[in-house]
Amino acid sequence: MFYREAGQFKTSYAADQQLLPIPMDRVFVIAVVLIAIFVVPVVGSQYWLESILLPVLILSIAALGLNILTGYCGQLSLGTGGFMAAGAYMSYKIATNMPEFMPVWVPILGGGLFAASIGVIFGLPSLRIKGFYLAVATLAAQFFLLWLFQKVPWFVNYSISGVPSAPPETILGFYVTGASASPEAKYLFVLAFVIVLALLARNMVRSRIGRSWMAIRDMDIAAELIGIKPLQTKLTAFAISSFYCGVAGALWSFCYINTVEPTAFDIERSFQVLFMIIVGGLGSVLGSFFGAAFIFLLPILLNNVPGWFGLQLATDVVSHLEFMVFGAAIIFFLIVEPHGLARLWQIAKEKLRLWPFPH
Amino acid sequence: MWEKRNMSITRKALLGLTAGAVMATGGLVAQPAPASAEEQVVPSLVYRTGPFAPGGISLADGFADYFTLINERDGGINGVKINVVECETGYNTDRGVECYDRTKNEGSGATFYSPWSTGITYALIEKATQDKIPILSMGYGRTSAADGRFFPYVFNFPSTYWNQATAIIRYIADQEGGMDALNGMDFAYIHLDHPYGKEPIPTLDVMAEQFGFTYAKYPVPPASMTEQKSIFLQIRRQRPDYIIMWGWGAMNSTAVNEAASIKFPMDKFIGNWWSAGEDAVEAGGDGAVGYKAASFHGPGDDFAVYADLKEHVYDKGLAAGKGDQMGRVLYNRGLNNAIVAVEAIRDAQAHFGEGQVITGEQMQWALENLDLTAGEIEALGVTGLVPPTKVTCENHEGLNPAILIQQWNGSEYEMVSDWVPAMTDLTRPILEAEAEAYAAEQGIEARDCS
Amino acid sequence: MEAFAGLFGIDPFDLWFFFEVLIGGLMSGVMYALVALGFVLIFKASSVFNFSQGVMVLFAALNFVGFIELGLPIWASFILTMGVMILLAFVVERVVLRPLVNQPHISLFMATIGIAIFLEGFGELIWGSNIKPLEVGIPDDVVFMGDAMIQQADLFAAAVASVLVLVLALFFHYTRIGRALRAVADDHQAALSVGIPLNTIWVIVWSVAGFVALVAGIMWGSKLGVQFSLAILALKALPVLILGGFTSIPGAIIGGLIIGAGEKLAEVYVGQMLGGAIEEWFAYIVALAFLVFRPQGLFGEKIIERV
Repeated sequence: MFYREAGQFKTSYAADQQLLPIPMDRVFVIAVVLIAIFVVPVVGSQYWLESILLPVLILSIAALGLNILTGYCGQLSLGTGGFMAAGAYMSYKIATNMPEFMPVWVPILGGGLFAASIGVIFGLPSLRIKGFYLAVATLAAQFFLLWLFQKVPWFVNYSISGVPSAPPETILGFYVTGASASPEAKYLFVLAFVIVLALLARNMVRSRIGRSWMAIRDMDIAAELIGIKPLQTKLTAFAISSFYCGVAGALWSFCYINTVEPTAFDIERSFQVLFMIIVGGLGSVLGSFFGAAFIFLLPILLNNVPGWFGLQLATDVVSHLEFMVFGAAIIFFLIVEPHGLARLWQIAKEKLRLWPFPH
Repeated sequence: MWEKRNMSITRKALLGLTAGAVMATGGLVAQPAPASAEEQVVPSLVYRTGPFAPGGISLADGFADYFTLINERDGGINGVKINVVECETGYNTDRGVECYDRTKNEGSGATFYSPWSTGITYALIEKATQDKIPILSMGYGRTSAADGRFFPYVFNFPSTYWNQATAIIRYIADQEGGMDALNGMDFAYIHLDHPYGKEPIPTLDVMAEQFGFTYAKYPVPPASMTEQKSIFLQIRRQRPDYIIMWGWGAMNSTAVNEAASIKFPMDKFIGNWWSAGEDAVEAGGDGAVGYKAASFHGPGDDFAVYADLKEHVYDKGLAAGKGDQMGRVLYNRGLNNAIVAVEAIRDAQAHFGEGQVITGEQMQWALENLDLTAGEIEALGVTGLVPPTKVTCENHEGLNPAILIQQWNGSEYEMVSDWVPAMTDLTRPILEAEAEAYAAEQGIEARDCS
Repeated sequence: MEAFAGLFGIDPFDLWFFFEVLIGGLMSGVMYALVALGFVLIFKASSVFNFSQGVMVLFAALNFVGFIELGLPIWASFILTMGVMILLAFVVERVVLRPLVNQPHISLFMATIGIAIFLEGFGELIWGSNIKPLEVGIPDDVVFMGDAMIQQADLFAAAVASVLVLVLALFFHYTRIGRALRAVADDHQAALSVGIPLNTIWVIVWSVAGFVALVAGIMWGSKLGVQFSLAILALKALPVLILGGFTSIPGAIIGGLIIGAGEKLAEVYVGQMLGGAIEEWFAYIVALAFLVFRPQGLFGEKIIERV
């Protein structure tokens, strides 16, 4: 959980507290962001933008959210899918009932805030219970919320089918949600959320609030003794985490699958996001991105591999093998690098920095 | 650097592996299209794994086998071979969307999609319309898509869920001696607690008011499809005259088992056409005998086309999957879907140029002008497998939606009814209102169909 | 019961019906308890929250029905399947648990989800994804108590579960291995220091969990047919666990009974008013409400934390 690197010495607090304390990192991150904004939409094919990058970016937001709760504050949650659904349904409700002039990010953030308030309610038991008991308790959120959104027709504007399509919305005349939006527009729209939310997360975890989360995570009783209020701290973690999940859920519905449907947020989704932060690295912002990419893309990759080698395997065999390799890969990862991809990345960086003359 | 010396071989391997995976992912884009441009690409979104596999395997096999037959027996459609590209969705919407994006530009482009899942169908409606690729969701998906004015690229003939519900009610009335007999009757409606299962409720409500029956709704959550004890306890208390079921996957067999164990008279238990597979009754043993289900095609392998399938596909070892699904209800449904698609492609070629690979847009034209007559169906040797269908620009559910009722006799389904027509005069207004509401929300203008 | 009902002016059928719902719920609870039992066994011995227990039920049932389909008699299939489950326990201990010793609990938890995903693919790869009827001669008729209808299969399941619990209790109390298991559950370090081989214990406890999974798989499988959905049952066992405590075998049984009866009664008497299907979350909400007042569950150990 400590992703501090060796060999990095600072002479002032300001330098030590920087967003990205290592100069090379700074250059690298800025370069990646610039490439993501200016180069990727131009060179990316439609399949890449819409089916690979879009879902990975959206799930990164959810992973960031869960990482705040689980990785930084130490509260294990299996309710991610439910909070995502809360965001998606509420955003839909706001988007279809708001006046024309309001911009499209209003309903998305509104969905996030709704998810946050629900997160606080389901976070209350965390004051009494912890660990796996809490994890199982958060399943209550998962099941109850999905049930609620299916049973209360108000959320879907009393639509008969109960699966409304995402409303098409524009920014500066470009469609950014719904099926009529171009892949580039959707990608940039989601990317904007990702950049802002990642920056926000990175800032939160190095500030007072992030430090109190980590204190609670590392030893709640000791944290309480030094004056950190567990109630406040845990609930803010739940709120902010659910906010991220809610935004991710709204974007998932509005930009990726184009419908607001409950099965997109079932328990499988909760586990998927949990996998992402474990494989990516608990308590690491960067790890959330790595994890999201890895967990979302590995099955698709595995599903494609036999085709590249001209192997004519039956579809079901490929899928079964995909499951087996995916399961085995998870176990392998946990054994070999329990700190996740973020730690691997760090090792690679350290080696590259010193290359070709290691000490 | 201690880290360097301590870095174990496995960790090095992991680094390499991750780097390799990153590069391999890059390969996703550089993937050469295996289909040649001369082939008609038909993507098939299947689910051969997961909780819905018992139905999905039959569907996928039937679908693939008929195209194999066309390729083997006729050398394709006017010489154009068909390339069926399977993509496993596992019934997951997001994997379905990914499959769609992955396959839509394969070869000369996808001809049409049959997602076999209401969730995936919903997710693809706008996308496919945008890409001008028709969605052929035969008897599932969005009911209001039957309004061709607002859904030019979605086809759900031969019938929709709403029409099916009205036809089932009509069948019950026929059994009980006329529409008047419905007055005062009490039904139980068991459904998957999912958009699919909730589809017919508005229609049932309208009918309940019109015909004077009452019904109780019993939703079965998808996460616990196999736990229906409390539902059947309630049914035992309710003592309904009939049970109507909208189920799928493991829910069907569980419901049939539970109904049998409370000694409900099975001939008063009617499933819809997704509860009509053998998987619903096989685990039930003797208790399931008498169970009825709706369908729009016959069960079994007593059709002329099966002789050709045997000669050109099975005996050559070309059958899809394990090759053990022949004659099953859902296998026949897969065939049914493929037969209609082949005829539409044939029509499109006749109109746009024989021996050409047709585009999605041309396929849309063909589906919209589809007119399968009994004579043509007879000539194909599929009488009973495909109902005569006529589609128009406004009407994408076919002009004569009707159902058949089949009954399980312990070893196979047998037909126990003739075609039972739906009450389209009742469903069409609700359907158009729903389509208009959708169009208003999405800002879609009605297409001129005159 | 009629007289009793008449006394309060209730329709006797309603009373019988209540009784039937209660019994039906308790019987469902027995089935949940069978799955929960597997969780508890492993959690006690190794503090691993074994999410793959549900898939182990499916995997065991798949193997069992697969061997029967190959033409083997039931007893031979049972023994062979047990062999497979023991082998599985060995492999899990060797490949997963041993390398992950001393890792945080969450890592082990995720590893068991990895096992679950692997087994899903593996089991279906070998035996196929189709639904398989399983007939082992469990009676499927009904008996009547007054107006209440009771399934013989449920009674049979309850009997099997009771025997299973009895056998496990005897095993834990009177055998050498059982005592070793209890010692490990009490204190890993101390057990290790008196010479109890931890690794062997893990293999044994995973084998026992495999045995419980096999029994549960046969019970569920003969009721529903062996199919993928058996794996989903694990979710039903989770509220049982929080109610009964992760470490208590009687807790799993009593928790299962409470959850089973509670959710059936709730669904039948309250469900329709709320639109139905409240079973899905009712158990979790009950368990959650309960935990707020008693965080360690019904029979769980009270954890005293020191700074």
